[in-house]
Amino acid sequence: MSAHPTTKRFIANATEALADPQLQRAMTNVRSGFIDKRAAVAAKLPEFEALRDSARDIKNHALAHLDLYLEKYEANVTAAGGHVHWARTAEEARKIILGICHDAGAKTVTKGKSMISEEIALNAALEAAGIVPVETDLGEYIIQLRDEAPSHIIAPAVHLNASQVESDFRRVHTHLDAGRDLSEPVQLLTEARQVLRSKFLAADVGITGANFLVAETGSSIIVTNEGNGDLTQTLPKTHIVIASLEKIVPTLEDVSQILRVLARSATGQEMSVYTTFSTGPRRAADLDGPENYHVVILDNGRSSMLGTAFQDMLRCIRCGACMNHCPVYHAVGGHAYGWVYPGPMGAVLTPTLLGVDKAGHLPNASTFCGRCESVCPVRIPLPKMMRHWREAEFERHLSPATMRSGIKFWAFFAKRPALYRFATSLMMNVMGWLGRDKGCFSSVPLASGWTDYRDFPAPQGGTFQSRYQAHRKSTQNNGRAA
Amino acid sequence: MRLAQDKAASRAPRVGLFVTCLVDLMRPSIGFAALKLLEQAGCKVEVPSQTCCGQPGYNSGDRATARDLAEQVIRSFSHCDYVVAPSGSCAGMIKAHYPELFADDPNLAPKAQALAGKTHELISFLVDVMKVKSVDASFDGAVTYHDSCSGLRELKIKNQPRQLLGSVNGLTMVEMNESEVCCGFGGTFAVKYGEISNSIVEKKTGNISESGAPTLLAGDLGCLLNMAGKLAREGKSIEVRHVAEVLAGMTDEPPIGAPRVSAQS
Ligand code: SF4
Repeated sequence: MSAHPTTKRFIANATEALADPQLQRAMTNVRSGFIDKRAAVAAKLPEFEALRDSARDIKNHALAHLDLYLEKYEANVTAAGGHVHWARTAEEARKIILGICHDAGAKTVTKGKSMISEEIALNAALEAAGIVPVETDLGEYIIQLRDEAPSHIIAPAVHLNASQVESDFRRVHTHLDAGRDLSEPVQLLTEARQVLRSKFLAADVGITGANFLVAETGSSIIVTNEGNGDLTQTLPKTHIVIASLEKIVPTLEDVSQILRVLARSATGQEMSVYTTFSTGPRRAADLDGPENYHVVILDNGRSSMLGTAFQDMLRCIRCGACMNHCPVYHAVGGHAYGWVYPGPMGAVLTPTLLGVDKAGHLPNASTFCGRCESVCPVRIPLPKMMRHWREAEFERHLSPATMRSGIKFWAFFAKRPALYRFATSLMMNVMGWLGRDKGCFSSVPLASGWTDYRDFPAPQGGTFQSRYQAHRKSTQNNGRAA
Repeated sequence: MRLAQDKAASRAPRVGLFVTCLVDLMRPSIGFAALKLLEQAGCKVEVPSQTCCGQPGYNSGDRATARDLAEQVIRSFSHCDYVVAPSGSCAGMIKAHYPELFADDPNLAPKAQALAGKTHELISFLVDVMKVKSVDASFDGAVTYHDSCSGLRELKIKNQPRQLLGSVNGLTMVEMNESEVCCGFGGTFAVKYGEISNSIVEKKTGNISESGAPTLLAGDLGCLLNMAGKLAREGKSIEVRHVAEVLAGMTDEPPIGAPRVSAQS
């Protein structure tokens, strides 16, 4: 999917999603699960709002001095015996990674959860090169079995119900007893762990993402709940970290601040179960760890966001809170967005990465309810940025012609108050009269998007301004008569 | 004598009522309710020439049109002590977004800032600025209240309407689940992405009917039209009104989406 975005088909995707009862059932878990947990854990921490400010400031500082911190990071990774590779594009990143895998003679690669891997469509590239990628995060493992893309940035299989996962496991894990009980989610987890254990041991290369790259130490940090990332990065001989360049933070102290808002915003946990640091390959005295340590840092258009209206988007720490709280995401799920990043953060980021001509629906398909911004731990003004995209589309004449002419028509009147008052008063009298019996219209020309699903309440008749003028005249006359 | 007059004048702030284009066109009675509430609170109300705050253009990416209309509003309302709108969305547009629209215009930026500083949504203006603690109105029965997004998140309107509704004789408040979740209106969104909008408003009307309240109130006509339209299509007989109508005791008009002449007549 990452290679073939369906962002242009957003409306058709949404129609399918809305008609999919399994998906609709799974999406109720998002509505009920994440939101209450985040609210409860945030309420328990008096300094939560202050920590959000501080997380925002740390990321802003890092972005303002991005070149400096990236250089420092590279120097520290190198000093620790690792290698940093710079990839301008997805293509370059794939080449670098395949090169490292080739040098390692890799047949099997285990993978921790990484959205960058999705962004660069890494699994397809590995498979094409004859290397078997094995996803080790439970959610990623499930969607790999189903040949699907993640539908959420931290809960890749959130669009599925347990019964669907059970039937996938029965379909694929044919070596296990057919009569086994898989009715509880924990049984599914245990089974996945068992199956994956042998793969961890067989893997030649482990690939993980990174939640943070720490400039002062050259460390990369991953935050997980399953511990799969640790096994992915310590067991194979070669560990590759793939991360986009905005993951950089100056110091460990900065990381510890941001961690306090990350898990709380993401899953409503105070901390994730595992927070794992890796710095270079194993040293002589280390008991375990990889012999080779590589970091691939991806740009893929991000540096072009610096200094623009979209720079703030680079603060994103991929917590998923914006989609967890998004009514549009709740309605259609992540796949409808048609590419790697769904929800409000995807609506801002995807047009940057794919082009607004391809992903224009995403920033338009928002009610601007603002709930995403109200929960974003780094206070990204997501609606404002979606509006920037709408402006860019409007300027480049990419917005639909009907909408443009509609706006121009409306603006023609709205800019001429006297004409507007005259025309609207007339029109509202007619509409009020037409609608007086039923109180609603069941269809309105050019507004089938509304009236296919709900009635359109009829106006009262007349406008406030015309009635107010009449009302003033009559009170003045009464005053004079008295 | 002169002094007393000045004092009286200073006690009655000059409020420019920005009724909003939706109220102007669709439901003038909300404008009259706002007028009454403001006058009861001791304001001297006027209705300057107006059309629209520019939000439809602004949210469609048409910044130039938005600026033209915003300039029109700035010109019409600058002389007022306060600008008050019976809508969190339009008040939010003037308060939060006009300064941003003119940020790069040294001539208009200060004017936009000044207007933003004195613009308020109706109910929060009554409670927070005019210090109104109660209203003189009656309404029989239970109501549930939807927190419209801009009012809630841009202007922090949450308790003000509940406080005043609490003072209405005979009225009981029943909170619905997820009252802070969007109703799916979103202006042109409701038409452009009708199917998604429908899925969102369906969840909302579900929460509304589950509350058991026979009346739904909110502070934004756009959201009210959306919810009333859905409730009507679902055949649910829940009455829908703007909160100002109830607070002003002006509930003679049929509710939103209800027939104006009875079927028998
Ligand atoms: S935009 Fe904010 S809320 Fe959304 S994933 Fe990024 S950090 Fe989290």
